[in-house]
Amino acid sequence: MSRIRDNSISWETFNEGLWKENPVFVMLLGMCPVLAVTNSAMNALAMGIATAFVLVASSTLVSLLSKYIPKQVRIATYIIIIATFVTIVDYVIQAISLDLYNALGAFIQLIVVNCMILGRAESYASKYRPLKSIVNALGMSAGFTIALLSLGVVREILGAGSLFGIQLFGDNFQPWVVMVLPPGGFLVLGAWLLLFDWVNQRQQKKAEKQEAHHAS
Amino acid sequence: MQADSLSFIFLNTVLANNFVLAMFLGLCPFLGVSGKLSMAVPMGIATLFVMLVSSISAYAVNIILVALDIEFLRLIAYIAIIASAVQLVEMTLKKYSPTLFRSLGIFLPLITTNCAILGLALFQTFYQYNFAQSVTYAFGAGTGFILAITLMAGLREKLVLSKLPSVTQGAALSLMLGGLLSLAFMGFAGLGSVH
Repeated sequence: MSRIRDNSISWETFNEGLWKENPVFVMLLGMCPVLAVTNSAMNALAMGIATAFVLVASSTLVSLLSKYIPKQVRIATYIIIIATFVTIVDYVIQAISLDLYNALGAFIQLIVVNCMILGRAESYASKYRPLKSIVNALGMSAGFTIALLSLGVVREILGAGSLFGIQLFGDNFQPWVVMVLPPGGFLVLGAWLLLFDWVNQRQQKKAEKQEAHHAS
Repeated sequence: MQADSLSFIFLNTVLANNFVLAMFLGLCPFLGVSGKLSMAVPMGIATLFVMLVSSISAYAVNIILVALDIEFLRLIAYIAIIASAVQLVEMTLKKYSPTLFRSLGIFLPLITTNCAILGLALFQTFYQYNFAQSVTYAFGAGTGFILAITLMAGLREKLVLSKLPSVTQGAALSLMLGGLLSLAFMGFAGLGSVH
């Protein structure tokens, strides 16, 4: 086979998902759970962990089986593998905490159609060795969980005045209720993206200035 | 209005519990294909088609799953149904309306990974809707999707001509717009009690 690829694992393998190709802030993948379940920090964390399990497990299996999956039916096979792990997560969460299960609702089962997981299976796990795929999937999951948390924390503090269910402010705090309602999801993610774009633009301008300085 | 009457289900899914703006389902096409009105409307119609077909098939398959007592296979079964429903709609359109097929062509395969479709199938099972209710629910969800994506595309077409700070060129602006639309749709929540 002509697919000789670098299978060595470095910090870059992990860091790719954490920062450079962050699934939420950079690639805008898996938007539905990002906005729907981040109305509290706890829900966001649970969703992040559930997605991480599915992503790591399916990446491992896809990477192990990649030689045996015929090219024509690969997408269908990946979806079946992902759906199997999602079913497992669904039943496990139901067994551990019924409250959490009710709060997340159908969004646990909707992990199946999270484009990030299918994207990783197609573009990474099917091409690299299992160990490297696992490291990369862990990085991606960490990036996804951090993104979910950064939304959940902001929305919970502004909308309910609490963090992980612990009240932060006194009785006089007027919660900004709209933040835990659907519009808050759009607005907070929009604000985070604005911040990211602004930081990136400043860095670019700085780099350009330095280059111009060196050239002169 | 009764909470399970057909007109209530329809109005509720179109306005008060709009799939995109209140339940965050189907955001990928909502943010991705809403740049132009001429692309957003066909995308909405295609989604409505697939929603109707997959809702009916999901209803039928759920009866079989319950009868055989293998409900844990529901997720896998639904995903398979949706993928085949998309294929079916694609083939039917190709045969009977090639013009429509050409204009929708590229969007159809994308619909498989639209979480609104799987969400629809899961929710109609969760609420235990009967056949007429399921079809109404699918029709309402599809209409709501068309409404949301058309509004969004109209807004974005206007914004192309206006002056904006350079930071807001990307997805951030679309999300802010979505937030405002969602805020407006929250006003409809007073129409009736939510599930």
